[in-house]
Amino acid sequence: MLKTILDWVDERTGLVSGIRHFLDEDIPASAGWHQVLGSVAMFAFLTQIFSGLLLAVNYAPTPAEAWDSLRYIVTQATAGGLMRSLHHWGASAMIVVVVLHMVQAFLYGAYKKPRETTWMVGVVLLLLTLAFGLSGYLLAWDNRAYWGTMVTTRITSLAPGGKILLTLLGTDGSSIGRETFARFYAAHVTLLPLLTLFLVVFHVYLVRKHGVTPAPGDENKPKKKFFPEQVYKDTVATFVWFAVVAVMVALVKVPLGHAADPTDTGYNPRPEWYFLFLFQILKAFNGPLEVFGAIVLPGLAVGSLFLLPFIDRGKMLMLRQRTGAIALASVAAIGWGALTARAVATTPTTMEEDGLAEVRSWQQIPASQLTGIAAFRKDNCNSCHALDGTGSGPDLTKVASRRPNDWLQKHFQQPTDDAKAPSSSNLNASEVRGLITLVTQRDERGIDAWKNAPDEVVKGANVYIGNQCGSCHTLNDEGGKRGPVLNGLKQRRERSWVIAHFSDPKKFSPNSLMPAYKLNPKDLDLLTTYLLSVPR
Amino acid sequence: MDQANHSRRKFYVTVINLVGAVITAALALPAAAYLLIKPTSQDTGEFVEVADLNQLVPGKPEEVLYRRTRVDGWKKMEEKTTTWVVKTPDKVIAYAPSCTHLGCAYHWDEEIQSFLCPCHSSVFALDGSVVSGPAPRPLDRFVSKTVGGKLLISQKLEKVNT
Repeated sequence: MLKTILDWVDERTGLVSGIRHFLDEDIPASAGWHQVLGSVAMFAFLTQIFSGLLLAVNYAPTPAEAWDSLRYIVTQATAGGLMRSLHHWGASAMIVVVVLHMVQAFLYGAYKKPRETTWMVGVVLLLLTLAFGLSGYLLAWDNRAYWGTMVTTRITSLAPGGKILLTLLGTDGSSIGRETFARFYAAHVTLLPLLTLFLVVFHVYLVRKHGVTPAPGDENKPKKKFFPEQVYKDTVATFVWFAVVAVMVALVKVPLGHAADPTDTGYNPRPEWYFLFLFQILKAFNGPLEVFGAIVLPGLAVGSLFLLPFIDRGKMLMLRQRTGAIALASVAAIGWGALTARAVATTPTTMEEDGLAEVRSWQQIPASQLTGIAAFRKDNCNSCHALDGTGSGPDLTKVASRRPNDWLQKHFQQPTDDAKAPSSSNLNASEVRGLITLVTQRDERGIDAWKNAPDEVVKGANVYIGNQCGSCHTLNDEGGKRGPVLNGLKQRRERSWVIAHFSDPKKFSPNSLMPAYKLNPKDLDLLTTYLLSVPR
Repeated sequence: MDQANHSRRKFYVTVINLVGAVITAALALPAAAYLLIKPTSQDTGEFVEVADLNQLVPGKPEEVLYRRTRVDGWKKMEEKTTTWVVKTPDKVIAYAPSCTHLGCAYHWDEEIQSFLCPCHSSVFALDGSVVSGPAPRPLDRFVSKTVGGKLLISQKLEKVNT
């Protein structure tokens, strides 16, 4: 039955015998595990098309909605987070396998005559893969994407013909908007896939035309068949690649930062890990030399890679005889590794922001209200003013206090005058002020915080008020302007930095006007926890 | 020798097929879930005021324009939309504004004193029942309630028993 159908199809289309012919290819006796990477790269590309198509189903490609739709994919769509993770880690893993494929071809001298064009097309495919990474980076439209791409476009402007390139990218270099976004999106989902698909086909065609690269001595041995032994090896390698990606998808969360904010001056962008070495190289070149690190050096590297078959024209050698090539590849690998490690080491770990985290009411109200909550809890006010309406006093979250400030102050300091209040008060002046602020300026957020804010946060706010941090610093739109705004400190500084900074600010920034604060360890801990809890 | 060769070949083919099946399933199952399992709606189904009962004339349908907030995919938006409201002596009905045949917008035709759909000439009576045409069921009604002389409707549809 099956045979009848296959015969019918083959007679009409020739597909069956075509595939059979493809699988029946003669390959050299030395072919084996070292030549599986091309197939894995192809599979990686197909996986990216697959996950990319699925993401596109729920993605709105405009700056106005891109971030929202991605958040929808990650938080609402069934298996949406998995799809994004697959596309993200698949991209990284594809770059790894494409580079390894190239390293293998380089080490074995597979670029030599008559395979020069196969190699050159391969180098272009590597560049296309990187272009996918660069253009896809912007599409999440979070702060990382926005500021990272800002840097990319500026570097582009240093290149010869940079003005024209920027025009093509839809920007003048000062900001990134709808146009640039649309160009990147168009490149990522139309131009690059089509070009890559075409060149992959051409690349495979060239491999078939010249045959799999033989090792010296293969000409005297009988040839093998591509199917099933080599296909088996390719399949196993593909499975290993897929398993690694699956583990990454399962274990490592792909971050989504806050929606892109061109006014955010506190953001410190970093490129994807595979571009970190370029970022690190660029750090070494300043002023007029910058163009050297940004354009000339990478340009020379790519150029010599592309023209490699014409630089090294020696005859084919066994791998163990290619000491020069092995040394060169080793130096490149060590250099890349060292630069990347350096870049990682100099990246603050606090930077990763979580745009999906829900911002709670107590994270948004000024410290002056929170300190009132601290006082309320400290003095057990809820023994009468229970927050669920069951106390003997009024539930202050439901009814606003209409008492004048001087009455409140008296009530908080000397509750004994009031028959219903507790007989003693443990509150100091600033806590009393905080309570007055709380019961008079109560809004929806304040009431929610009153019920839900964690104890260490309200106590930390109490320390903040007690030390009058707000006379220099602004936090949640309240406070002075002499010191930096403290919102979003978590994205800028690590906990240990914040703690150490209190005791000696000048050690960290010599021009700092901030005096040293000798806080007791408990207060220091509470204050730091509080400061790190306040979002941008 | 030939025997060993044959069993090795068989092993290769088995592994190729097995790995192929595993990868295909690992990609296809999440994809199917992603495409076919709808996320739970974020719509709260809250009631919106659409009309003042005193301004409605009994037996005379009125098309009411009102604003509602709707969660549309990844956006919560406010939009204008309509409903046909009919007041009868004992109750008020708010009809969903599209024909139950193929979803065209119908209107009240004074001449024939019925709802008429322009697409395929479905005709509905005042109570929503099908008078003629291809419509498969009576007009859909929004779940509604009256509070303090105002008509409030939700976007949920009521089951019709007529």
